[in-house]
Amino acid sequence: MKQAARIGTLAAALLAASLAQAADPLDAIATAARSDSSFSGFSAERGAALWGRKGKDWSCSTCHTADPRKLGRHTVTGKTIQPMAPVSNPKRFTDAAKVDKWFKRNCRDVFNRECTAQEKGDVITWLRSVTPSSVIP
Amino acid sequence: MNKAMHLQRFSAAAALCLVVVGMPLAAHADNAKKPAPSNPVWQEECGSCHIAYPPRFLPAESWRSMMGALDRHFGTDASLDARTAATIETFLVQNAKRGKPGQKPDGSILRITETKWFRSEHDEISAAKWKSPAIGSAANCGACHPGADKGSFRERDIKVP
Repeated sequence: MKQAARIGTLAAALLAASLAQAADPLDAIATAARSDSSFSGFSAERGAALWGRKGKDWSCSTCHTADPRKLGRHTVTGKTIQPMAPVSNPKRFTDAAKVDKWFKRNCRDVFNRECTAQEKGDVITWLRSVTPSSVIP
Repeated sequence: MNKAMHLQRFSAAAALCLVVVGMPLAAHADNAKKPAPSNPVWQEECGSCHIAYPPRFLPAESWRSMMGALDRHFGTDASLDARTAATIETFLVQNAKRGKPGQKPDGSILRITETKWFRSEHDEISAAKWKSPAIGSAANCGACHPGADKGSFRERDIKVP
């Protein structure tokens, strides 16, 4: 009986841990975006437009290619970058710390500033909407 | 000569043998393949945009300067949270290139490709070769050193494409 209770507790703890891990990084971005009273949701269309927008020298697509289902290539070092669209690479946008780290770095690289919560949410929404048959603008 | 003296002499001779034979052995073991120092945080973070360049490629002073300015890392932003950066810096500094006795390595160089040893090791590679599509950039160690991402740059493994 005691053992059953122990197993139950363990199972609950494991479930809680896996739920905590599964928290969607987009949720925190949405919470941040809502602090702007004019926020009316994320848009895949705006995300797609931002993907190709050139900043200082680069756009997102410079390294990640126009089609986020494809392998990218770091424009300076030549290193291969795994695809950004979850349809090709399910690990994308599952780790909030990673999402924060890369948006911060890459938005500064491309636009010389950090991206807004609206922009980050738009891009994630677009990348998540891409399917094998999507036509990339 | 009694038995005890015999034993004493023998021990002394044996000890001398060990010292003499042992010295070159130890020296050889030192040159032989010790596993390259590694650290999972360094591997993960430094290895995401390029291979994780081995700490022995630059002196400690260079690594310290580099880790202090990750937000301006050769034209890109490679910033990290303070804890991760500190972990990596400790690993790099501990395993950094050491100068010859009495000689301090030049800590002002941040680009590995600008160090004297890199240039002399690669002096047979022409400018055109560096720019060829198969290599593209001197940052792309793996183009010629197949074990580069695992810290191995053995002469006999080199294949220039």
